[in-house]
Amino acid sequence: MLRFILRRLVLLVPVLVGLSLLVFAISHLLPGDPVALAAGPQATREEIAALAREFGTDRSLPVQYWSYASGLLRGEWGRSVLTRRPVWEDLRIYLPATLELVVAAMAMAVLLGIPAGLLSAIYVNRWPDYLSRLASLGAISMPRFFLGLLLQIGFAMELGWLPLDGRYPLIEEPPRFVTGFLTIDAMLALNGQALMLALLHLCLPAFAMSLSPLATITRMMRAATIEVLQQDYVLTERALGLPRRLILFKYVARNAMSSSLTVIGLYFGWLLGGSVLVETVFDWPGVGLYATKAIVTQDFMPVMGVTLAIGVVFVLVNLLIDILYGLLNPKVRLQ
Amino acid sequence: MALLEIENLHLAMRSFEGEAHVLNGIDLALEQGEIWGLVGETGCGKSLTGLSISRLVASPPARYTAGAIRFAGQDLLRADEAAMQRLRGRRIGMIFQDPTTNLNPVFRIGEQMIDVALHAAGTDPSILGLQADASRSARRKAARALAIHMLDRVGIARASERIDDYPHQFSGGMRQRVLIAMALIGRPDLLIADEPTTALDVSVQAQILRLLHDLVLADGLTVLMITHNLGVVAQLCTHVAVMYAGNIVESGTTRAVFKRPAHPYTRALIAAVPTARSVRGRLQGLAGSVPSLIDAPPGCRFASRCAAAQADCTAGTPPAREIGPGHRVACLHLAEAAP
Repeated sequence: MLRFILRRLVLLVPVLVGLSLLVFAISHLLPGDPVALAAGPQATREEIAALAREFGTDRSLPVQYWSYASGLLRGEWGRSVLTRRPVWEDLRIYLPATLELVVAAMAMAVLLGIPAGLLSAIYVNRWPDYLSRLASLGAISMPRFFLGLLLQIGFAMELGWLPLDGRYPLIEEPPRFVTGFLTIDAMLALNGQALMLALLHLCLPAFAMSLSPLATITRMMRAATIEVLQQDYVLTERALGLPRRLILFKYVARNAMSSSLTVIGLYFGWLLGGSVLVETVFDWPGVGLYATKAIVTQDFMPVMGVTLAIGVVFVLVNLLIDILYGLLNPKVRLQ
Repeated sequence: MALLEIENLHLAMRSFEGEAHVLNGIDLALEQGEIWGLVGETGCGKSLTGLSISRLVASPPARYTAGAIRFAGQDLLRADEAAMQRLRGRRIGMIFQDPTTNLNPVFRIGEQMIDVALHAAGTDPSILGLQADASRSARRKAARALAIHMLDRVGIARASERIDDYPHQFSGGMRQRVLIAMALIGRPDLLIADEPTTALDVSVQAQILRLLHDLVLADGLTVLMITHNLGVVAQLCTHVAVMYAGNIVESGTTRAVFKRPAHPYTRALIAAVPTARSVRGRLQGLAGSVPSLIDAPPGCRFASRCAAAQADCTAGTPPAREIGPGHRVACLHLAEAAP
């Protein structure tokens, strides 16, 4: 098992080199001059040239890539023209915010989707199944940002149960920054109230984000369960008198879960990349908003940094998924 | 009183084309300790008969239109699911055809066996040899010990280690041994074995049959062995029932039926078995095919393929008549059919 993990970690290296090359190439192929943009419309040619020297954009592309790539290893991920701060420091703040949101969203999707799919399959073509299929179809069809707005109107403005937006109340002092995950920082600070506030702020955006993976997991789980229920071993388990509940929630569920697991890994990356939609609606200070601002101002370094960071997280999450897959299915483990 | 008594069992199965009368009045009685072979070709309803005893036929689409299945005096067609669950695995054990697909692939075999043992002990605590109020962990421990004992009994070497293996770590024959151990762990009175050797290769088949034979004799089990292999019946069974298109056409002791087959279908079946004297390339078959069971023609369902058929054969289902001690045949024209 350890060898499997190590091998996967080594394979991470070429993936990241490729990713950094790709990102670097694309951002330099884009038309427009970010340095000129940063210098402002009134800047003289000399001022722009000076700024270009400062950022190093006057050198040749291979030299620029080499200094970029070697900097990555030293934790120097370049500097944002816009925020004038190192990208690494920006990521330290924004990436945990988005990760926290995505993890919360995936947790909701899994905790609701797996049982919903199971129930749907058990009551196939009866009303619980129709209900869950209708709900998941609706959830897939509903754009995330629109759902976000509806949730805000309903739960924040009308009912007043949950905060409207943001990660934490502006007037409150957040727990000391350690990991950047507010929930974890609150727990580290042993601050129950802060944890509560952080969780309350997570509810609506995480739910808005969770809806499409939730719907997909429900449908995957339903289809997989229906298939597993027709397997010979389920008949054997019934013939040997095992109680229905034990068969369904122990023996069938574990077999049906593998296909959902793959989807969970894919959705994780998809949510990370598409987080801007939800982050905009809920004013969530995450990496999606950060990257979008950088993209529209042609700020290379943050875009490259965000892409790389998401790439690393995505690969790591899928490594985790592969390990879980092995735990679920012993045949995979041994190969 | 017979341990298992099936009386005039009729089963209709809804399908796209209409309702098929799949079981058309099955009569069968198994006395304690008898080993019955239920033979017939694919689709004749022998597996459905076996599954019906355990009430594992989904309804709908299936519908029992008449008859009774009495197990130790209890009518199973009128038993509720909870009552059936107490019988399954405890008093009625089952083995199926393909050992590669009948074990849950993602659980250790011990886990599955322990659950079956614990469940059976829920009805009869003496199976684990514990008091009814034994603790959870004590019951689990006893169930594990029993599972190891059973694996040992079915000839799995190093049972105490192999119990923690996954199904894919066993060969086909070994998996069938595990399934046999699982079916017998609740000390059933009746074992229903649905083609337990069909999916195995020949040398393994013989081993499994010998194992079954030894276990059955040691425990005094009553067995319903569903098969289309007459050789298996001849070696293992005390009695045999021949099925054709939802009817039992002939039944009796294996010796009587094999020595003096009376029904034209039984004769054709026995004649079709290739022997050492058969001419190469000259397999003896039976002309025609099984009639559709949807709107099946009235009368004997074998009539369309029967050389001895006469006009009255299609008038009504022929009743079974006793032609020797316990030897029953459902045919109107036995004398004419005789060679």
